[in-house]
Amino acid sequence: MALLSGCAGGSHDRVTLRFWAMGREGEVVQELVRDFERENPKVRVIVQQIPWSSAHEKLLTAYVGRSWPDVAQLGNTWVSEFAALKSLEPLDTLAHQSLIARDADFGGVWDTNVIDGKLYGIPWYVDTRVLFYRRDLLKAAGYDSIPQSWDGWRAAMAAIKRRAGQDRYAIFLPTNEWNQPAIFGLQSGSTLLADDDTRGDFEGPPFRRAFDFYLGLYRDGYAPPVNNVGIANVYQEFERGTFAMYITGPWNVGEFRNRLAPTTPWATAPLPGPQGAASGVSLAGGSSLVLYRESKHKAEAWKLIEYLSRTESQVRFSHLSGDLPARRAAWRDSSLVGDPALRAFETQLTRVVPTPKIPEWEEIATRLLEQSERAIRGAAPPETALAALDRDVNNILEKRRWLVERERQRAGTAAR
Amino acid sequence: MKESIEARQARAGRLFVAPALTLIAVFFFVPVIGGLVLSVTDFDIYAIGSPDTARFVGLRNYADLLANPVFWKAVWNTFYFVFVGGPLSVLVSLVAALAIHSRLTRLPSIWRTVYFLPVVTTLVAVAVIWRYLYHPRYGLLNYGLGAFGIPPIDWLGDPHWAMPAVILLAVWRTFGLNMLIFLAGLQSIPEELYEAAHLDGANDWGRFVHITLPGLAPVTLFVAITTMLGFFQLFAEPYVMTQGGPLKATTTIVLLMYEQGFRWWRMGMAAAIAFVLFLIMLAGTLIQLRVTRERAR
Repeated sequence: MALLSGCAGGSHDRVTLRFWAMGREGEVVQELVRDFERENPKVRVIVQQIPWSSAHEKLLTAYVGRSWPDVAQLGNTWVSEFAALKSLEPLDTLAHQSLIARDADFGGVWDTNVIDGKLYGIPWYVDTRVLFYRRDLLKAAGYDSIPQSWDGWRAAMAAIKRRAGQDRYAIFLPTNEWNQPAIFGLQSGSTLLADDDTRGDFEGPPFRRAFDFYLGLYRDGYAPPVNNVGIANVYQEFERGTFAMYITGPWNVGEFRNRLAPTTPWATAPLPGPQGAASGVSLAGGSSLVLYRESKHKAEAWKLIEYLSRTESQVRFSHLSGDLPARRAAWRDSSLVGDPALRAFETQLTRVVPTPKIPEWEEIATRLLEQSERAIRGAAPPETALAALDRDVNNILEKRRWLVERERQRAGTAAR
Repeated sequence: MKESIEARQARAGRLFVAPALTLIAVFFFVPVIGGLVLSVTDFDIYAIGSPDTARFVGLRNYADLLANPVFWKAVWNTFYFVFVGGPLSVLVSLVAALAIHSRLTRLPSIWRTVYFLPVVTTLVAVAVIWRYLYHPRYGLLNYGLGAFGIPPIDWLGDPHWAMPAVILLAVWRTFGLNMLIFLAGLQSIPEELYEAAHLDGANDWGRFVHITLPGLAPVTLFVAITTMLGFFQLFAEPYVMTQGGPLKATTTIVLLMYEQGFRWWRMGMAAAIAFVLFLIMLAGTLIQLRVTRERAR
């Protein structure tokens, strides 16, 4: 450090950037940041590592307490919240001037950063859920690959369940995750919310269809009605063949390799959809890099974002962290192309959609989970659970309805 | 013109209390009034971004709160904690104080330090250790129970056992402070009373009931009230150990307030919860004072 500042000359013209990153990413990015500093001797970057479990609270309280970084990593479902706080700098012009563009990325993930037509974040790495399955159990049931439509998929699950017997299942869908019912809803064409995201649309026919499909998997015994705690050790049970399929994310590719016996034949596949492959969408996850509106060194901060977005930085970051790169060019790297388990992810990432991009979504997701659990346990019929869900969601969105209505009236007065 | 002595003294008195009153006004009344105002608005994440979106909503936050089953669950949990954990904490600290005060105990200062240690240890470090103790498979507690043939208990994962587990931790963590206060109380009881009772033929139990307990009455009231006030504000233990789960079994009023305020950013609702908690605690304190006064009569 002393050496670095020694060659940097006068310290008065040096800029210090504050960069907040989470968990493992915050740890490994230090290495890339050092090379960035070598390239830009006048810029020093302090990486502050925040544990994932407290990241959301910390970022929000820090902003309210008027202490913010220049650049931060944000989970891309949080972007709308920080945009609502007016804490982020729109990046459209900056991105336009450099080579960072939607076409070079996975469109669905890119879109999670676009709030009300403005771009607020640049995807850093991506993440989505695909179907992990046991090749041997599927084959024994008479299938060489996962059928691409819901009907075919259900038939395959029925065949697996017939062979598996009482205590074994076709698929594990943890009852304590909202992601599965949300994915099925999006697949069957529901937007989850309606009227500019100001009302719940869970009673609408598309979501109702998805909900029936989802509940049917439990009712017919294809999926055990238990949560993550109930299954105790997912890896052990998957190896034992307690269930043959599991919808989960890229983090489990490494876990499966480390924890399952090498003889366990497993593979990944993009999710089936109600009308075949094209409708088999999944959630657009990942993290974005954002620029704070109040940053005093926006030019340098943008340089850092650009540096981390380069193809070679993306490949290196992916090797260090195990995350999937956001730039499609980085996927041509041999380690990703050559990994059969990751191919399904690349296909799936071309078919991802964001969950509603509003600050209230996280709370709505917890309500979706509560009502789904009720319906799975049989504590309420599906239509009652969905009606309760829409009522709850409409309550949560009351403020948003008022804001949208006010915007409209203002626009109306201005037009006159 | 000549001021009377009384007038000058009164003025001096006012000057003397002025700094303290100013501090209380600035750091107590202003925030309290601010909180009250906040509780009749819908101040939320949108309002943090642009304050003009905050609206006056009257008592809607309070009405929503009373209609929310999670709030009643939190009230029940908090009362459970206060009425089981509070007396337990007072009792344990009294017993510890009596044991240390008794002449039979050697090296009382060491015991005093040992018992006081949990009070000054950071909660997060304590919580990590207790999580190990409570671990259903590898925990020391279940290991001990296993020696008596009792099957393992999922302390933090079972809705029925989570609150007892939190109470146990909280009592262990807080009794040291109350013990010190009780010790001070015990030392202030004049030795002559015991000697006189001894000469009159009172036995150990009689001396305890008729001298020690009445002598400790004011201290006990103080300890009971401060413990109750502290326990009503239970937050850190469940926040660190269980995050309010399982099935909201350890969600307390303050934890709910924190969730509303800092997880969902409904500051108005969080302020309303704070006021309801304030009213509950005020009622608790008044009842306790009343009961003690009646008894004194």
